[in-house]
Amino acid sequence: MGARYFGAAVKRLEDPKLITGRGQYLDDIPMPGVLHVAVVRSPHAHALINAIDASMARGHAGVVAVLTADDLGEMARKPMPMMAPAPMVKTPLTQSPLAHGSVHYVGEAVALVVAESRAVAEDAAAMVMVDYDPLPAMVDLAHALNEGAAVANQALQSNLAGTLKGGFGDVAGVFAKAAHVFKESLSLHRGGCHAMECRGVMARPDPSGNRIDIWSSTQSPYMVRRALALCLGMDEASVRVTAPDVGGGFGPKAVVYAEDYAIPLAARHLGRALKWVEDRGEHFVATTQQRDQLWELEVAADAQGRMLGVRGHCLHDNGAYLPYGVVLPVTSMSSFPGPYALEALEISIDVIYTNMVPNTPVRGAGRPNTCFVLERLADRVARELGISREDVRRRSFVQVSQFPYETGMKARDGSPVSYDTGDYVQCLERAVDKFESDFKARQDKARAEGRYIGMGIASYVEDTGLAPYEGATIRVQPNGKVLLLTGAAAQGQGHKTVFAQIAADQLGITPQDITVEAGDTSLFPLGIGTIASRVAVTGGSSVHMAAVETRAKAIKVASQVLEAQEADLVLEGGFVKVSGTDRQVSLGQLALMLHGNFGQPLPAGIAPGLSATAFYEARQTTFANGTNLCEVEVDIETGAVKILRYVVAHDCGTLINPMLVDGQIRGGVVHGIGNALFERMIYDENGQPQTTNYGEYLLPLATEMPRIEIVHMESPSPRNPIGVKGAGEGGTIPAAACVISAIEDALSPFHVRLSSHPLSPQDLVKLIDQG
Amino acid sequence: MKASAFAYHDPKTVQELNSLLGSLDNVRILAGGQSLMPMLNMRYAFPDHVIDINHIAGLAEVVMTPQGLRIGAMTRQRIVREHPLVLEHAPVLAEALHWVGHVQTRARGTIGGSLCHLDPAAEQPCIAALYDAVLHVSGPRGPRDVAMRDWVISYMTPNLEPDEALLGLTLPVWSAQGQSIGHGFHEFARRHGDYAIVAAAALVSLDAGGVVRRASIALAGVDVKPVRLAVAEQALVGHVLDQALIGTVSAMAATIEMMEDAHITPAYRGRLAQTMTKRALSDALNRATGGRNV
Amino acid sequence: MSELDHAQTTRHISVTVNGTVYESDVLTRTHLGDFLRQELGLTGTHLGCEHGVCGACTIILDGQPIRSCLMLAVQANGATIRTIEGLAQADGTLHPVQEAFWDKHGLQCGFCTPGMVTTLAAVLEADPTLDETTIREAISGNICRCTGYETIVDAALQAASRMRGDH
Repeated sequence: MGARYFGAAVKRLEDPKLITGRGQYLDDIPMPGVLHVAVVRSPHAHALINAIDASMARGHAGVVAVLTADDLGEMARKPMPMMAPAPMVKTPLTQSPLAHGSVHYVGEAVALVVAESRAVAEDAAAMVMVDYDPLPAMVDLAHALNEGAAVANQALQSNLAGTLKGGFGDVAGVFAKAAHVFKESLSLHRGGCHAMECRGVMARPDPSGNRIDIWSSTQSPYMVRRALALCLGMDEASVRVTAPDVGGGFGPKAVVYAEDYAIPLAARHLGRALKWVEDRGEHFVATTQQRDQLWELEVAADAQGRMLGVRGHCLHDNGAYLPYGVVLPVTSMSSFPGPYALEALEISIDVIYTNMVPNTPVRGAGRPNTCFVLERLADRVARELGISREDVRRRSFVQVSQFPYETGMKARDGSPVSYDTGDYVQCLERAVDKFESDFKARQDKARAEGRYIGMGIASYVEDTGLAPYEGATIRVQPNGKVLLLTGAAAQGQGHKTVFAQIAADQLGITPQDITVEAGDTSLFPLGIGTIASRVAVTGGSSVHMAAVETRAKAIKVASQVLEAQEADLVLEGGFVKVSGTDRQVSLGQLALMLHGNFGQPLPAGIAPGLSATAFYEARQTTFANGTNLCEVEVDIETGAVKILRYVVAHDCGTLINPMLVDGQIRGGVVHGIGNALFERMIYDENGQPQTTNYGEYLLPLATEMPRIEIVHMESPSPRNPIGVKGAGEGGTIPAAACVISAIEDALSPFHVRLSSHPLSPQDLVKLIDQG
Repeated sequence: MKASAFAYHDPKTVQELNSLLGSLDNVRILAGGQSLMPMLNMRYAFPDHVIDINHIAGLAEVVMTPQGLRIGAMTRQRIVREHPLVLEHAPVLAEALHWVGHVQTRARGTIGGSLCHLDPAAEQPCIAALYDAVLHVSGPRGPRDVAMRDWVISYMTPNLEPDEALLGLTLPVWSAQGQSIGHGFHEFARRHGDYAIVAAAALVSLDAGGVVRRASIALAGVDVKPVRLAVAEQALVGHVLDQALIGTVSAMAATIEMMEDAHITPAYRGRLAQTMTKRALSDALNRATGGRNV
Repeated sequence: MSELDHAQTTRHISVTVNGTVYESDVLTRTHLGDFLRQELGLTGTHLGCEHGVCGACTIILDGQPIRSCLMLAVQANGATIRTIEGLAQADGTLHPVQEAFWDKHGLQCGFCTPGMVTTLAAVLEADPTLDETTIREAISGNICRCTGYETIVDAALQAASRMRGDH
């Protein structure tokens, strides 16, 4: 059997319906009789709620109900469970589905208005009178742990949620003996996900009260099901959650939100189908995001510029609650030491509560953060020692002979972190070869002409294929078509195409013969969620395993039907054929046979159905890596940055569909460029969000983005049956670091040192003038 | 984000419009909708009455008159940008419109809307100031003309009584008369189509010897209203226009009093004003001399 | 605010969408995007921001690409509208822009896609000679969060070439 589709740039199965406007996103799903919900949200960053007077709102024409935490019972008042355990947090705070007694960020959900239309619901929402006692807001990360700082929640003694510590080796010794030690203070800000489709939840209770159907624009339908079954006191089997077509996720849609709880609670309470569609104004204040980290770091290097050790501390803003535990700062911690073969590492991260919307992973999670700080340190070593930034990396990277490489860090389960495969130096060389051999000469010439161009470099390693599992069922139909069911929902990644490619190769059919259904908890029993570049590994492997098993079964049955040896059978064109003869039986016929008929036993030793279900369990992470190079030009009169060229060398193991991988890379890079130059979610000193529309919060547009040139390396992973590594975030992880590195290089005649992002043209002009 | 309820009116004549404006309170005029509709959807504005003036005939004409190029207030930005009379007589307006919004917004947005919304960084008011445009207002007390220098009363507030509306403007276009006219427009924005942070527009008329006989420089984004750099203009007149003079004169742009906001410092705004003025004047010089002077 | 007169808050409109004439009573405060989606069930046009920046709601009205969230439904009375659902031919033949988006992987989550495709269809039908720079300017009013724009530009270039009749 050859790989005809695996590895090919197959056009997506998802596209025909999406390009003709026949997608079914949450707000498109017909639901006769549905009522519309508007959410009353806190206008204060921190306040006590004394009373809620909804009488005027309730009396407004077209309003069916106004519901507060008190109206919806104990489950609406109880803080929602954290989605990931955080044992080091002494006072884990999570939000209640509706606020009860106090609010802790602008945008926190306080009440639901249910009406005949969204417009009327919004009219009435403005009439809900909430009596607040404002409290001081904690928004100043740098001073959050100072004596006398305002606490972000009255349940806290201090704003410190907990401290993460990690590292290995003899830090003191390595630093004491090192030829060079350099110190850097770095700060970075990442913003929101800004999927073009905002969130949304729809719930329809069964009149019997024993079942409920929930639709959510979510990355984790199974987590929504788990949470709501608990909340509603129902069996998971009675709670059906569907992720419909989802218009982008990027991380924040993996969280189970207050609205995911409150809408079904309200629907059951009213006995009506309800729909809430987040609008963009709400997205800015009620969907999780990332914000600031402040780092103080030292790097130890030898006389040749090889990085030996890194130590330091981070203050991390996690917002008002911990819906996802401390997974976000954990991903920053676990991204050390990156591609560097450090002898010693010591990092502590203080996770801080603030009165702003909670922080959870946004594309890359805490990994772009760690990449930024490590790459700034590497650039610093290069500059101080007068050697090239590429050479520092060549000398400091884990070398190919060291694989599998135990970094010294421990995984969440306590096992040692081990990079499986890769050749980081070779990957860097591929990027350098693609980019340009003598950029310096061209740069010098440009400077002589008064133009300031610069080259940036950034490298990373990414843990992908996160545990525990995903699964798939493959079922051949009597008409020969194949149904593929999986829990791994998509938000644009093209899972259906990728899974169909894998299965098509095994079964000797075309991807178009396969119908993939995903994201519906009633169709497939168990799933985890689409995050952390995990689905190609887990979902893809599970599809492969199910397809291999289905193929084996087809061969076994066909060998009886065709009276041939299994070894002589091939699957081709929807048939099982005896090689070199014209004897064949179609997969559909085999399926029909295994569906059975009255009174006729199935062949001995064969279970019913031409199908198989498999779960792939990711017991060991697999590690992708890459190096990016870019060229920028800085207009020193205005501070404007133009990205002239962007090169990615990328190793995510075996590629299932190179076109889709390239799409993930390009899209990811642009998120990182946005973080470097454009995106900042600004709050004022009272915790009031200042950038709450797309005129104030700047997303990258087509006119400012470069073409992105991609070179692939494939270091297959031995840790899953198809050798793949994740590809969803590798574009984002190094991109901000790469752009900042390039700007610093462009402005080196002005002695500009860059230690933060985003950087605006105004910021750069200030630095240029100071230099 | 859904607009709050309002009474909708769609007058068919200017007289009807005047009458509505005279009798209603808490009114917003809906022209192209590209500024008002976001405000309605986000409930930053919640008028009791919305008067849609898209059905009034005769407000979207572009004609040459003895006083200059007259453009109706309801002329879509897309039309203004491509109009042969604009391209011939006031090409700097077409050039500025390249920077205004996006294809979708120019399809509906109107020049009159921009002139009434008066975002301090808007390009069209900047061009109106460049030309010393005359704005034609209508109301129950009859029509009146307002000079552009008197048009901006305060931040985003035009010289319009509550019962008046803008019907159009006239740009007194420059005629060559043996001289060579050059124009330039440069804008600094974060991304294509964004409102400018600072924009500069320039017109120069040079005689055969390259001496400036007339100059106009207008800046957007430095004050609540577009600012004419009168001192710089005077410094240009009577001198040969070259890069050295452009450099000197542009520096004057950095010295005017700049407005402040939470994001942009006066120093940076001044820096941008200087740079945009220099670039606009350079373009004007190139155009006036057919590219002979680089 | 006092009770609003029905005549001032509801209007009858007649609008042609994708070749079909629709007669409808609309609330005057309803925007055109909501009218198309909710009244006519044409949910292919999406709402991404409702304040006129993201472009997901773009439709073609009287030949021009416009933001349907920035127009009141009542203002579309008498207009001729094409939405994403109406770009392909009756027999299912895709518009060259749609075909190119499929060929070039010009979409991932698909949410911005109807707005992108209608904008490009309108712009390229008016002028199929656009190059990369002018194509990027043409879609600068459409935000995509998935693709990074490059494959959208590639799709537009392919569509332009086909629409020029290149072989």
